[in-house]
Amino acid sequence: MIDFFQAIGHKTLSRFASIGRATQMLFGSLVRVPSLRKGPALLVRQLYMVGHQSLLIIMVSGLFIGMVLALQGYTVLVDYGAEDSLGPLVALSLLRELGPVVTALLFAGRAGSALTAEIGLMKATEQLSSLEMMAIDPLRRVISPRFWAGFISMPLLALIFSAVAILGAHLVGVDWLGVDSGSFWSIMQSQVSFEKDILNGMIKSFVFALIVTWIALYKGYDCIPTSEGISKATTETVVHSSLAVLGFDFLLTAVMFTG
Amino acid sequence: MIAYFRRIQVRVRHFILQKITKTFFLRRAKNRIMASLVKVDVESGLSQAIVEIKDVTFTRGDRIIYKNMSFSVPKGKITAIMGPSGIGKTTMLRLIGGQLKPEQGDILFEGRSIPSMSRKALYETRTKMSMLFQSGALFTDMSVFDNVAFPLREHTQLSEDLIRLVVLMKLQAVGLRGAKDLMPSELSGGMARRAALARAIALDPELIMYDEPFAGQDPISMGVLVKLIKSLNEVLGLSSLIVTHDVNEVLSIAEHVVIIAEQGVIGSGTPEQMKEHESPLVQQFLQGLSDGPVPFHYKAQDYEEELLAGSQQ
Repeated sequence: MIDFFQAIGHKTLSRFASIGRATQMLFGSLVRVPSLRKGPALLVRQLYMVGHQSLLIIMVSGLFIGMVLALQGYTVLVDYGAEDSLGPLVALSLLRELGPVVTALLFAGRAGSALTAEIGLMKATEQLSSLEMMAIDPLRRVISPRFWAGFISMPLLALIFSAVAILGAHLVGVDWLGVDSGSFWSIMQSQVSFEKDILNGMIKSFVFALIVTWIALYKGYDCIPTSEGISKATTETVVHSSLAVLGFDFLLTAVMFTG
Repeated sequence: MIAYFRRIQVRVRHFILQKITKTFFLRRAKNRIMASLVKVDVESGLSQAIVEIKDVTFTRGDRIIYKNMSFSVPKGKITAIMGPSGIGKTTMLRLIGGQLKPEQGDILFEGRSIPSMSRKALYETRTKMSMLFQSGALFTDMSVFDNVAFPLREHTQLSEDLIRLVVLMKLQAVGLRGAKDLMPSELSGGMARRAALARAIALDPELIMYDEPFAGQDPISMGVLVKLIKSLNEVLGLSSLIVTHDVNEVLSIAEHVVIIAEQGVIGSGTPEQMKEHESPLVQQFLQGLSDGPVPFHYKAQDYEEELLAGSQQ
């Protein structure tokens, strides 16, 4: 019995210690950004690795999710003769929820795990130590550009996701199932508000970007530098960031879209 | 006509470049010679040490790694730290590099205390030392050339032309000039270590620390590394600190040997002195005997008792 409580206490303490280390890392990489001379090149490279490389999976998933939404929405709406509302249905569900959330989940799987594995490998092969011994701060040189790249690119990816998904919905709803193209677009335009829907979706997306990139970088930076440790850290990145994204999504939705 | 001007232009540029390199390197060489002259003047035993370890205690968790350990690394010589595996030889290098801090005691680099340095001072000091990691630790996303150029690009304002010259010189010194465009994944283990060595000497450090440089090398590349370490030490006039347990290789080049075991230094001196050392532990280590003060068997209960006890459990 005492062992049980001891185990709980131990676990809690180590969790808090790890949150502390993660915060230290985040703070360090925010404060110590690379110099103006080197920074932009490093950032662009990471934007390419993190953002551009995730573009394909985001666009393909967006297209299919949009098409499925249109199909499902149409079968329900058509019973009430309300198939003209397909446009706002698709646009609202994408901009408010699916865009930011699904992008964050896909981003965690594609870019987050890659970041963790890359940094874990750099740690295991002593590249981070050797940077330190060369008097170059790994937080500044390695972590900070990756953090900013993730933070900048994910909201953009979420926008692209929503845009492609709406086009997919148009493809199925209008071109296949025969909803009127004019009402599809015009009702969507009148129903979707910039501040309430698009801006809130973007805010969500920025929050998710922070969470996912932070978790991915921390898991890599703090992993046990062996092949086992790296594979465990990579799995943890995907699991933890997915759960965190879903949890925060509920919180943010509760704050933004009620009352 | 244009070709003629072009040729003059190239020649002038070449001349200026040579001038710059000469002044740059000559000045560094001159400084170094002056510094060594000054050191010779002061010559009074201890002032020659580049690194001094003073009463250092270091623990990891509940395990004591070192207890009140002291030794010094003489300037301009090759020093070998030897000892059985798992007694924290690499930890020693990390302590000197300031990546870890000792619980007690002090570590001096050129007379300045490493553990009590500010972050900025520590980073500045680190540009004077470099470390060759066991795995080489080359940056996997850069070619060999860019790897060697990396510290130069980070820490100096040299033009790309000059950097190219310096990198080619360093690569020539380790015999890898022809491999400059290869990626680290295309190098053999020995070549990777040599490339890492070229990167380690890129900034002309005062001290190079080698972490197990001979581990897992075939006899040829082992021989190459031994020769390289010795010639670099002589030519560049730097101090070398080698952590290893390859006794024969290191005794052939080391001028000062420190043997660590049982949380402290058990013997130090020249290789000849060590071969005559009276401590049985030192002798067991140097001769590679399987049993002695370090027992062959891991701590266990009595053999007979354990075999018989099996049936009762």
